[in-house]
Amino acid sequence: MKSKLNFLEHYLPKIVLAPTFLIMIIFIYGFIAWNFILSLTNSKLLPIYTFSGFKQYYALFDSGKWWLAMENLFIFSSLFISFCLAIGLLLAIFIDQKIKFEGFFRTIYLYPMALSFIATGTVWQWMLNPGLGLEKLLIDLGFSNFTFDWLVDSEMAIYTIIIAAVWQSCGFVMILLLAGLRGVNYEVVNAAKIDGASMPLIYWKIIIPQLGPVFFSSIIILLHIAIKTFDLVIAMTKGGPGFSTILPSMFMYDYSFARNKLAFGASSGMMMLFFVMIFVVPYLYIELRKKN
Amino acid sequence: MRNFKSMITALFLFSVLSLHSAEIEVLHWWTSGGEAKSVGALKTMLEKSGHKWKDSSIAGGNGVNAMTVLKSRAVAGNPPAAAQIKGPSIQEWAELGFLANLNKVAKANKWDKVLPKRFADHMKYKGKYVAVPVNVHRINWMWVNPAVFKKAGAKIPTTWKEFEVAAKKIKKAGFIPVAAGGQPWQEATVFETIVLGVGGAKFYKKALVDLDMKALKSKTMKKAFDTLRMVKSYTDKNAPGRDWNLATAMVYKGEAAMQFMGDWAKGEFKVAGKKIGVDYLAVDAPQTAGAYLYNIDSFAMFKQKSNAKTKAQNKLAQLVLSDKFQTIFNNRKGSVPVKLGVSKMPFDDIALRSMDALNSAAYTKELLPSMAHQMSVNDAIKGAIVDVVTEFYNSKMSSSKAVKKLASSVKAEM
Repeated sequence: MKSKLNFLEHYLPKIVLAPTFLIMIIFIYGFIAWNFILSLTNSKLLPIYTFSGFKQYYALFDSGKWWLAMENLFIFSSLFISFCLAIGLLLAIFIDQKIKFEGFFRTIYLYPMALSFIATGTVWQWMLNPGLGLEKLLIDLGFSNFTFDWLVDSEMAIYTIIIAAVWQSCGFVMILLLAGLRGVNYEVVNAAKIDGASMPLIYWKIIIPQLGPVFFSSIIILLHIAIKTFDLVIAMTKGGPGFSTILPSMFMYDYSFARNKLAFGASSGMMMLFFVMIFVVPYLYIELRKKN
Repeated sequence: MRNFKSMITALFLFSVLSLHSAEIEVLHWWTSGGEAKSVGALKTMLEKSGHKWKDSSIAGGNGVNAMTVLKSRAVAGNPPAAAQIKGPSIQEWAELGFLANLNKVAKANKWDKVLPKRFADHMKYKGKYVAVPVNVHRINWMWVNPAVFKKAGAKIPTTWKEFEVAAKKIKKAGFIPVAAGGQPWQEATVFETIVLGVGGAKFYKKALVDLDMKALKSKTMKKAFDTLRMVKSYTDKNAPGRDWNLATAMVYKGEAAMQFMGDWAKGEFKVAGKKIGVDYLAVDAPQTAGAYLYNIDSFAMFKQKSNAKTKAQNKLAQLVLSDKFQTIFNNRKGSVPVKLGVSKMPFDDIALRSMDALNSAAYTKELLPSMAHQMSVNDAIKGAIVDVVTEFYNSKMSSSKAVKKLASSVKAEM
């Protein structure tokens, strides 16, 4: 009887986890492998398995549009993450000043997170459109020289997407950092106060350094939002003007499905995975090292 | 016993009936109100003949979503009976061995006679009909608000030179000369209209249908790019991202004077309650009077496993090219019948002129497939051309650089 229980105790978790594990193996890693195989073929409309080595990758590296998409992703993710962290931290510090109606303000700042990127994108597109939104409003109010036409300027359009994305996500970062602030060891802070340190200095030297892990998880979460961004750009600019705001995810979709270049699209998918790995592998490495 | 007998009879009758009728699935992306109603006519006609229509309409992405579904269904071995596929994609699907042979229906209904040869060729793979055309849209129209022209004291242009003169006057009078939608396909539509106008039918065919490298790099192509830049200078700066129907609205609201767009723009004017010839005009885009840049929608027929389904599929193909459906559908959708010799009775003035232009262009050699609307080259090459056009349009690229880039990106996709 006891041995049976022992057996169950030992194997039950594994049995329960097996189906999800299997599904993950097939539908994540299996399909990554399949995608890699596809990227080595000549597939166009449908998958075919005549192999052509790394031809698609060479073509990808030759494509100016791909590098533009990568550059956009780089600009977008770096600015998106830094602005979210900076504004999120600022908001969190303000809210942490034991203000009245804290719950009310917290909700207001967190609310954009509840919207879908499509809704955010559509609203910001209206607001930033020179003929409908901000620019027209200010001109109608009498500031006839006011221009804010980034949305229709191929050089600047990518920054309007950053504005919308930061608006949506900085409240979320605020909540994460606020939780971090609440966990700060106040004995040290009080000691510093007694020693006569100013509040900004206390924040800079004592509190913010303690938030390291929170910053780290925020960056990982924001990074994956940035890499996945697709609908926001579709709603705001559809990749335009021209294709100046195209991102790798849109590039992949366009080539795989609209242009019938399945293998080429697959190769861009592999490059995106590679890009994610550059960030995730060090993270995993640190996490695993901690446990050992 | 009697009950049993009647049951047997009923079963027998049922099986006989089901031999002749079958349910076939039709995949398409005609999902907007007017379009859905237009295609609904086909459903009614098919069901009258005893077959069943299983509607599989997939919205979004200009058909890209529908194509994605179609691909996954085809790979899984379960394609629909008919799917809305157009242009060179028909041959790509046929090459993969998915499409059914419609020659029997075609022969019985004399498709070779009633379809202009150029249209018929789009529907064939190695001499066999594999698809059936539904309608023709003419691309090279210019939609005009005559009131704006009058206020500006400008003349409706027939050449690009006249266009520039008129546009200048209109701009001076405080109107937007050209209502543009800044989306790649719309920019490409204007571009191909210009290529046809500047270079003529022969040049258009060489460059955007046969993809002749010399033509792509030629001075004429450079001039086409310069003309595109000139046209852009007469659009407003809020154009990027604008949908085509909003651009059309600018014309009928009297904010803008002209729009370059296919004949589906007519629907927008009609919905707004505007009158042809009074509130708006449709004229040939500059220098393209005799030519007909076409965009054909079609159904490709997929091989079916059961005879009954094949029969229903053949019936569908026959119905699509029947005079009755051609009239109802095209009248609703704003296109014209793909078949020659359909009664002109119920069509409006613009459609009639489109039909006349089609008739005459079918005899001269100025019946040309649209590049921007996936009729002349495959989607990969089309994408490459549109990329260059839209990059040129939205940057300060010089026309000589654009021409070089056009040739090299087309070559890379061939």
